[in-house]
Amino acid sequence: MLDVAKAAPESPLIDLKDVSRSFAKANGDKLVVLENVDLTIRPREIVGLLGRSGSGKSTMLRIIAGLVKPSSGAATCRGKPIDGPPRGVAMVFQSFALFPWLTVLENVELGLDALSVAKAEQRKRALAAIDLIGLDGFESAYPKELSGGMRQRVGFARALVVHPDLLLMDEPFSALDVLTAETLRTDIIDLWIEGRLPMKSVLMVTHNIEEAVLMCDRILVFASNPGRIASEIKVELPHPRNRLDPQFRQLVDNIYARMTQGAGSRPSTIEGIPGTGVGMVLHPISTNVLAGLIEAVAAAPFNGRADLPVLADKLQMEADELFHIAEAIQLLRFGALSEGDFLLSDAGRTFADLDTDARKKLFSQHLLTYVPIISLIRRVLDERPTHAAPAARFRNELEDYMSEDYAEQTLNTVISWARYAELFAYDEMSEMFSLENPN
Amino acid sequence: MPNASPSTAMDRASTPNLFDLAALALVIGALVAIVYGVKQTNAPLTVLNATPISLDPSHLPEYALRTTIRMLAAMAASLVFTFIYATIAARSRRAEMVLIPILDILQSVPILGFLTFTVLFFMNLFPGRVLGAELASVFAIFTSQAWNMAFSMYQSLRTVPKDLDEAARSFHLSWWRRFWRLDVPFAMPGLVWNMMMSMSGGWFFVVASEAITVGDTTVTLPGIGAYVAMAIRLQNLAAVGYAVLTMLAVIVIYDQLLFRPIVAWADKFRFEQTASAEVPTSWLLDLFRQTRFLRALALSVSKAAGSTTQIRLPVPKLPRVRLRLNIPQRVADAVWMSLVFLGAGWAGWQVVGYISSTLHWSDVFTAVIDGFFTLLRVTVLIVLASVVWVPIGVWIGLRPSIAEKVQPLAQFLAAFPANILFPAAVVLIIHFDANPNIWLSPLMILGTQWYILFNVIAGATAFPGDLKEAARTFHITGWKWWRYVILPGVFPYYITGAITASGGSWNAAIVAEVASWGDKKLTAVGLGSYIANATDAGDFHRVVLGIAVMSVFVTLFNRVLWRPLYAFAENRLSLD
Repeated sequence: MLDVAKAAPESPLIDLKDVSRSFAKANGDKLVVLENVDLTIRPREIVGLLGRSGSGKSTMLRIIAGLVKPSSGAATCRGKPIDGPPRGVAMVFQSFALFPWLTVLENVELGLDALSVAKAEQRKRALAAIDLIGLDGFESAYPKELSGGMRQRVGFARALVVHPDLLLMDEPFSALDVLTAETLRTDIIDLWIEGRLPMKSVLMVTHNIEEAVLMCDRILVFASNPGRIASEIKVELPHPRNRLDPQFRQLVDNIYARMTQGAGSRPSTIEGIPGTGVGMVLHPISTNVLAGLIEAVAAAPFNGRADLPVLADKLQMEADELFHIAEAIQLLRFGALSEGDFLLSDAGRTFADLDTDARKKLFSQHLLTYVPIISLIRRVLDERPTHAAPAARFRNELEDYMSEDYAEQTLNTVISWARYAELFAYDEMSEMFSLENPN
Repeated sequence: MPNASPSTAMDRASTPNLFDLAALALVIGALVAIVYGVKQTNAPLTVLNATPISLDPSHLPEYALRTTIRMLAAMAASLVFTFIYATIAARSRRAEMVLIPILDILQSVPILGFLTFTVLFFMNLFPGRVLGAELASVFAIFTSQAWNMAFSMYQSLRTVPKDLDEAARSFHLSWWRRFWRLDVPFAMPGLVWNMMMSMSGGWFFVVASEAITVGDTTVTLPGIGAYVAMAIRLQNLAAVGYAVLTMLAVIVIYDQLLFRPIVAWADKFRFEQTASAEVPTSWLLDLFRQTRFLRALALSVSKAAGSTTQIRLPVPKLPRVRLRLNIPQRVADAVWMSLVFLGAGWAGWQVVGYISSTLHWSDVFTAVIDGFFTLLRVTVLIVLASVVWVPIGVWIGLRPSIAEKVQPLAQFLAAFPANILFPAAVVLIIHFDANPNIWLSPLMILGTQWYILFNVIAGATAFPGDLKEAARTFHITGWKWWRYVILPGVFPYYITGAITASGGSWNAAIVAEVASWGDKKLTAVGLGSYIANATDAGDFHRVVLGIAVMSVFVTLFNRVLWRPLYAFAENRLSLD
């Protein structure tokens, strides 16, 4: 007994053991978004969940917040199973989630509503939180009168006022512009290292690699399909961290490389593109963006090979956004991701030099060869005497492999790519694919 | 910390100022008026017979007050109904499966047909008391107001943003607190708009429900509607004129004293994170906000009211008993649905049994044929009104300075109970000896055509400036401009207006297809006159049949025509 107490001087705040979460698909199958995740959060640490959109990291945050129930496994908060939002856990939302009809002060006091705190004490604590987070003077303002950065400060104040043991942050800076986000990050980190924040630990979800390295003591990198923790990285740089510090850059490069290694254990999957064959989930990326990235990488200074962090910086893009585009290009074999770099293939280089019509031709060849759902639709249209087919037929087929939302999104991507490649036409009113292009 | 605390506001500024005086007069005056009006309703029924409606215009303010109180009572009832009904429908999936279709049908049922039953029901509830007749009238107005409000609230509850829902849950708000802090505020803008629409429709029904004749029982409640009915009986055109003027004044006062302040106040609940360009204003609200004493009073009242939402009922947290019967959800749903359909089948059987006890297929046939006549009227009138008002609405809407003045007028006209004007039309028809089958028809749309006008004006006003400029740069004019530019642009708004107008016209048919002036009675063949005549004769079987047929007609008309058009407008022509 004594030994155990020595080994774990402080019991963990959150403990997830073998937690999975799945959703039912249209055909009754299960879509696994989170698979066998273990996680322990101890007092006095900032833990980052870093991953692509759709990797299940938000679902995991919501399991800890008690907003989503795990399908299997055990989730406990200070030793007690999580059933509904646990006391002592507060959340900051990506979209701020402020009540527009309440003033700043009322929004902050809302956090204390359910605690049995006397009115005078409520007011005192709310004002203290507002003061701490730098909202002095805005108490009676309504959220719509505030800028995005100020609104998120209200979000922080509302969460801090309950003096939580654990603060959950769901991409808290991603709805803010670059400058505002940086200011707020720095302010939060400063308060944290000065020990003025009332919570013991922080768990933040992000898809911004630099943000994770800047703020976290421990980064858990998520892999998608199904979502799981791929690796854990300890960041031991002292605060305040400097983005230009070579060690910092090294870490960022390292994480980029890990994230482009992809699923690894799932050999049948084309990297980053979930699902196989007809059941491939396609992200709605405009052909203009695809062409734009190919051109950018083909041109100087990259000349066909680009270091991802440098490319992201030059194009002013979030890593996550860049990954999606690069993966679509990889799917079409115009390029490939490897070790934190993005390389154009020969076809990609050719594509960059062609004019519009020739590009469309090349693009359509690659679509037919590498995107099974598109070749399927084309084949069906060719075979039918009417050369027309309802979208519902293919939507149903997709829904055998993925959720309704993803099926819809994949079909929209198919329509937009096929329209560009002039492979087949789609009529939105009748929801029919056909070979007739208006000439 | 400026002004954030109510108690500071009290300390600093509780000495009354001039605004207080004005506002106080308004408040006390309203209180006295309401107390007086309510007192009258508790009198025995004989009072009504002892003091018949007088056509002396000096009585009109009192009548107007009684009418207004009925409206307020109905609105309060509608609000309570809305909160309960919409919440249940939004929270329980199984209740939703039943409640929402019911609401949909209720919206299509001709409300005026209800009067017959409700009057008898409420009279029996309070035999010999004015209260019974009053409640019947209030219920009639309620049925004209409640459904669309409940729908609006239900839709809002279903679309509460996910992040706010999660925030409310993760901060452990009790459901009572959550209802007042999240659900109601979020639903408020839509609800207020629907309350205004309901009010507009309500005036029509309050006027129609104050003088009710069922068989040989006639109940006349003191009010503007009864006044007009009396004027018709005595063929007093001047009295009708007074009633019209009074009604105008009542609607203006109601709008200024009640709705403007509510709309201006409800603006803070709009779920936009950006400040809105155009903020609705109300002089009354401004007046109240400028008062010191009253404001402090209101703040402490709202604080007290606010604390009731904070009440945590001392319910011991029961261990949640979960009935794990392991019944698959599909089976449970099937059981539930079969229960519902059994109930519906039984109810349908009762209706058929009731009707068929005295009536035959030939009666059904007559009612359906009459239904087609009314359908023809409604269709022709909507087409005519569209041909007239769409171009005018577009013309006005594209000229902001004119639209600004015309828009409130059109909304006002939509609120004005057109049935007060019916006598004037009847006098003309009798005078020119015109065919009532044709010339009574326009009365059906007299009050409802304005919905088309003000919606089209709103659409044209909202039409984006860059599209207008693009059309001009490319020299798109004439028919092409109407066909490709403005008509698609205002179409979603037009459809909204036309749906309201068409629904209102069906209802109006019951009072418009039969009109009288003194002892002269004009009848147009149609389902409306079928119901009205059956009501007059006290023939409940025919009334039920007529209402059932009309409900079917309206429902089919909505499903076959308006729904698809609305969906088309939403999908293809909406500009955002």
